[in-house]
Amino acid sequence: MYDTTYYRASSVSDATSKLAGTEDGKFLAGGQTLIPTMKQRLAAPSDLVDVSGIDALKNISVDGDTVTIGAACTHAQVAGSSEVAQAIPALVSLASGIGDPAVRARGTIGGSIANNDPAADYPAACLGLGATIVTDSREVPADEFFVGMFETALEEGEMVTAVKFPKPAKAGYAKFPNPASRYAMVGVMAAQTANGVRVAVTGAGNDGVFRHSALEEALGANWSADAAQGVSTDAADMMADIHGSSEYRAHLVGVMAGRAVDNS
Amino acid sequence: MTDQGIGARVLRKEDKRFITGKGKYTDDIVQPNQAYAAFVRSPHAHANVKSIDTSAAEAMDGVEAVLNGHQLTGDGIGNIICGWGITSKDGSPMNMGAWSALATDKVRYVGDAVAVVIADSKAQAQAAAEAVMVDYEILPATSNVLASMKEGAPQIHENAPGNLIFDWEIGNKDETDAALASAHHTTTMEITNNRLSPNPMEPRSAVATFDESEDHYTLYTTSQNPHVARLVLSAFYNVAPEHKLRVIAPDVGGGFGAKIYIYPEEIVCLWASMKTNRSVKWTSTRSEAFLTDAHGRDHVSTATMGFDADNNIVGFKINTKANLGAYMSLFSSSVPTYLYATLLSGQYNIANVYCDVQTYYTNTVPVDAYRGAGRPEAAYLIERMMETAARELGVDPGELRRQNFVREFPHQTPVIMAYDSGDFAGNLDQAKAAADVAGFSARKEEAARRGKLRGLGYSNYIEACGIAPSAAVGSLGAGVGLWESAEVRVNPVGTIEILTGSHSHGQGHETTFAQLVSERFDLPTDNIQIVHGDTDKVQFGMGTYGSRSGAVGMSAISKALDKVEAKVKKIAAHVLEASEDDIVIEGGEVKVKGTDKAMGWHEVGLSAYTAHNLPEGMEPGLKEGAFYDPTNFTFPAGCYICEVEVDPQTGVTEIVQFTASDDFGTIINPMIVEGQVHGGIAQGIGQAMLEHAVYDDDGQLLSGSYMDYCMPRADDVPNYTVSHHSTTCPGNPLGMKGCGEAGAIGSPPAVINAITDAIGNNNLSMPATPSRVWAALQQVSAAQAAE
Repeated sequence: MYDTTYYRASSVSDATSKLAGTEDGKFLAGGQTLIPTMKQRLAAPSDLVDVSGIDALKNISVDGDTVTIGAACTHAQVAGSSEVAQAIPALVSLASGIGDPAVRARGTIGGSIANNDPAADYPAACLGLGATIVTDSREVPADEFFVGMFETALEEGEMVTAVKFPKPAKAGYAKFPNPASRYAMVGVMAAQTANGVRVAVTGAGNDGVFRHSALEEALGANWSADAAQGVSTDAADMMADIHGSSEYRAHLVGVMAGRAVDNS
Repeated sequence: MTDQGIGARVLRKEDKRFITGKGKYTDDIVQPNQAYAAFVRSPHAHANVKSIDTSAAEAMDGVEAVLNGHQLTGDGIGNIICGWGITSKDGSPMNMGAWSALATDKVRYVGDAVAVVIADSKAQAQAAAEAVMVDYEILPATSNVLASMKEGAPQIHENAPGNLIFDWEIGNKDETDAALASAHHTTTMEITNNRLSPNPMEPRSAVATFDESEDHYTLYTTSQNPHVARLVLSAFYNVAPEHKLRVIAPDVGGGFGAKIYIYPEEIVCLWASMKTNRSVKWTSTRSEAFLTDAHGRDHVSTATMGFDADNNIVGFKINTKANLGAYMSLFSSSVPTYLYATLLSGQYNIANVYCDVQTYYTNTVPVDAYRGAGRPEAAYLIERMMETAARELGVDPGELRRQNFVREFPHQTPVIMAYDSGDFAGNLDQAKAAADVAGFSARKEEAARRGKLRGLGYSNYIEACGIAPSAAVGSLGAGVGLWESAEVRVNPVGTIEILTGSHSHGQGHETTFAQLVSERFDLPTDNIQIVHGDTDKVQFGMGTYGSRSGAVGMSAISKALDKVEAKVKKIAAHVLEASEDDIVIEGGEVKVKGTDKAMGWHEVGLSAYTAHNLPEGMEPGLKEGAFYDPTNFTFPAGCYICEVEVDPQTGVTEIVQFTASDDFGTIINPMIVEGQVHGGIAQGIGQAMLEHAVYDDDGQLLSGSYMDYCMPRADDVPNYTVSHHSTTCPGNPLGMKGCGEAGAIGSPPAVINAITDAIGNNNLSMPATPSRVWAALQQVSAAQAAE
C-alpha cells in the first residue's frame, strides 16, 4: 500500500469539505473494495476521508411506502433489520447474500453503489426497485445514477448520503454467484412497483447493471417463472470470462429472473 | 500398556501451538539488522531485457542495494537446475535451458525476476522496486503446449529447438500397436488435465543471514526438504559449501509439492545477505505466489484402449504432451514421465502398454510436482477411459474394472512397476456397499422428479508412494537417492528424541512418529520429542513429498529403534543377570519375562550414561541411527464412488455422496489418515470442478487472485464416507503404503465420471464449472433436436 493520509469525518459537511481540500482523496466507507485495491497498489489516493463513523448516515427508517437507508448502513445492518424485512424482504435477502460475514459487517450500501462494481448486488436492488439515490447536494433516480461499469452520475466530491426505496407490491432477488469471487455472475431483481414491473440485472451486462425491458414486459403480462424463462437475452450484450461464456450468462438471466419471481 | 501406539486416534501434539497461534513460521523469524527484499518482476511473458536503470531506486530512502542478474552470475551463483535427467527416444539428453535466479538478458514468464531491492523496510523495498526502470523488448509468447509446438512458435530457449524439452517413451510400442489393431473394441479419448496453482496457506518465505566473521550462512525457509535445499544451494548454486550453510525449515504451513523446489528468491536472499552484510527477508505476497510458485498438471493426452470380445483389456496406448513452463524446475521432468507413465497400467492386468511423452517450454511459470505429481494424471486418464469404455461396451463400469483387476501379487506391469500387494475387488466391494450402488437407480428416479440429473461415477486408483529405491531411481535419471535417515536418542532420564530427515508441514509427524516409539517401548507420547527441519540438528534427510514419510521415514526410525531395543535388552540382561532373550519392555519397565525382576525404563537410560555397570566392551550412551533405503515403491490403492446431482437449468453440480475405500497398508493414526483423505479429496474436487490456472495467449495469468482462482470452500465439498480395506505392504518393516496424496489422485475421475453420467455427455473437461456443464447439456439438447 502506498502512503495515504487518513481522516475520520464527523459529519457530511465535514467529509465533503475535507475531501475538497485534498489532492486526490477518496471517501472511505466500509473499505471492502478500496482497501484491497490499495493493498494491491492498484489505487493510491492521497487522502482517505472515512465516512463510516458519521451517525447521520447509519439510520434506517420507514416512512409510509418509502424505506430510507443511510449510506453508511452495513450490509449486516440491512440484513438484520426487521423494518426492512417487513417492507421489502427482497432487500434483506439481497443484503444477507453479499460476500461473507466479514464483508457484511464492514461493507456499506453507499460504498457499494458509489463504486458501482458491475457484479455488485446493490445496484440491481436500486435499479430494480426504482430507488432514489440521495447525495449531499441532490436526489438522483437510480435510472440516471448507474452510468456504466464503475461509473455513476456522482460529481467530483459528491457523496451518497442515503438511498430511498419505494415499497414494491412484490419483489424478489436471485443471484448466481461467481464460483471464485462469489460476486454476482448474474443477479436479477424483479419487482412489481407503482410504475409497473421493473427488472434489473447485475453481473452479466457488458455495461454493468441494466434494466431488462423484454423481461419487464413479459413479467408485466404474466408474473411467473415460466414467463421469465421464456424471454431470451442477447449474448452479445453479456460479459464473457474464464468463469462463463456470454451465452451462459444470457441463459442464466432468464433462469435467475424466474427464480427472482419465485422468491418474491 | 499405553493406548497411544499404532492404530490409536491420538490427538495431534502440534495442534496446541497451531490452534493457539503460537506456531513459529519463517515470516515470524526476525534477525538483528534485518533488511527486506522486493523483487522487480517482468510484466511480460517473453521479452529481451535491454537495460535496467536502478539509479532512481538506489537514491530512495532506506535502500541498501539494488542488485541484478549480471552481478549474481558474476559472483559465480549457478543456474537453477532440474535434478532428474530424462533421455529422449533417440538417446539424446533433455534440453535444459539456462535459468538464472535473476534474469540477465531475457525474461520468459510474467513474474520472472530481473532485479532485487534490499531496503530497511518492506514498504521501502517495494517502493524502490517500482522505481527500477527496465527497458524490455517485447517478444511473441506462447502459453500452452499446442502453441509452443507449432511451426514458427516463439523460441523460448536457444538449446531447445521447437521448444521441445524431451521426447520420451515407455512400454512396448509394436506389441501395443498390434494388440490394438486386433482388438474387438477400442475406446479413444482426448483428455486434458487442467493446470493448477498449489496455494499452500502459508506463502513462501526466506530469511537469510550471512555471518562474515564465520563465513557462514543461515537460511530459514519454507521447505519440505531442508537438506535437499542445502545440498542444491551448495553443490549447484555455489552459495556456500555445505558445512558453511545451515538451512532451517521451521513450522511450514502446507506444501503440496510447491515447497520442494529451490526457487530464485531463496537463492537471491542468501546472496544478497552476503552482498549487503545484512540479514535479508522476503515473504511472498499472495499475488507473487500465484505468479511464481510452481504450478501443477497441464497435460494434453490422446489415449486408446483395446478390449477383446470378452471385454478383457488387450492394450493401452497413450500420447501425452506436457507443459513444463518457462524453465525446468527441480523435479519437473520426472512428473510427466516416471511418476506418471509407470502407473498407466492402473489396477488392471494389461499385457501391452505404451506411452510417449513430449514436454515443451511455454512462457508460463514452471510446472512441477503438485499433490499426487503424475499419478493423478495417470489415474484420471485410465479411470476416464474405463468408465467411457464401459458405456461404449454397454457393461457395468464397476464390473468391467473387476474383471480386469490384477489379482495375483507380485504383479509386473509392462511399465516398470511391480505391484506388491492389494485387494482391488475388496475395495470395490466395500465402496459399492457403502455407497449403496444397488439403490442408485431409485435415487436417480427420485432426483428426476425434482428436476435434477443424478449420476454415479467410479474411480479405482493405484499410485506409487514410498519413493523410492535409490538405485532404481538413480538408473531412471534421479540426481539423488531417496532413502531416509533417523536417529533415536534416549536421554539419561529415559525421555526420547527422534531426529528425522522427514519434514512435517501439516502431516502430523510429531504425533505419528511418537506413536511408533510408544508402540515399541510402551511409553507415553509426551515423553517423545520429534526433531526435524534443521540441517544442524539432523544429519541428513530427503524430506517429505510423495507420501514417503510413513513408508520410508518411519521405516528408518523403526530400524534405529531396533538397534536401541537390542542395546536396552543387553544392558538389562547384564544388570538383571538374565538372558537377553528373556527381556521384555512393557509398562515403563524392562523386565525379565516370567519373574518379578525389572528395571524402570529410565534406569536403563541412566545405566547407559553412567556406564558404571555395562556389559564388557559396550560403549556408553543410548543413541542409534539408521538409514533406510526402500526395496520397492509402495502401492496405495482404492475405490472412490461419487454421486452427483446436476441442476440442468444452471449446470450447477452438487456432490451428494462421496465414498472412499482405501488400502494404505498399516495405519498409525486413523484420525490423521482420515484427515489426509478428506483434504486430498477436497483438493481433487477442487481440480475436478473449481480450480484452473489460466494464462491468456500472450502469457498473462488470468487467474492471479482468489477473485478468479476458485479454491474449494467448505460448502463446495460434501461429507465424505471414508473406510479402509487394507493389505499389508510386504516391502517395509511397518507394512505401510502411504496416504498423503490418494484423495487428490483418486477423486477427480470419480467426479467427472459421475457428472458425465448425469448429463449424458462424455465431452466434459476439468474443471467442470457450471458454465461448462451447461454447455455440455446444450450439446445433448442440440443432438436430441437433430434426431
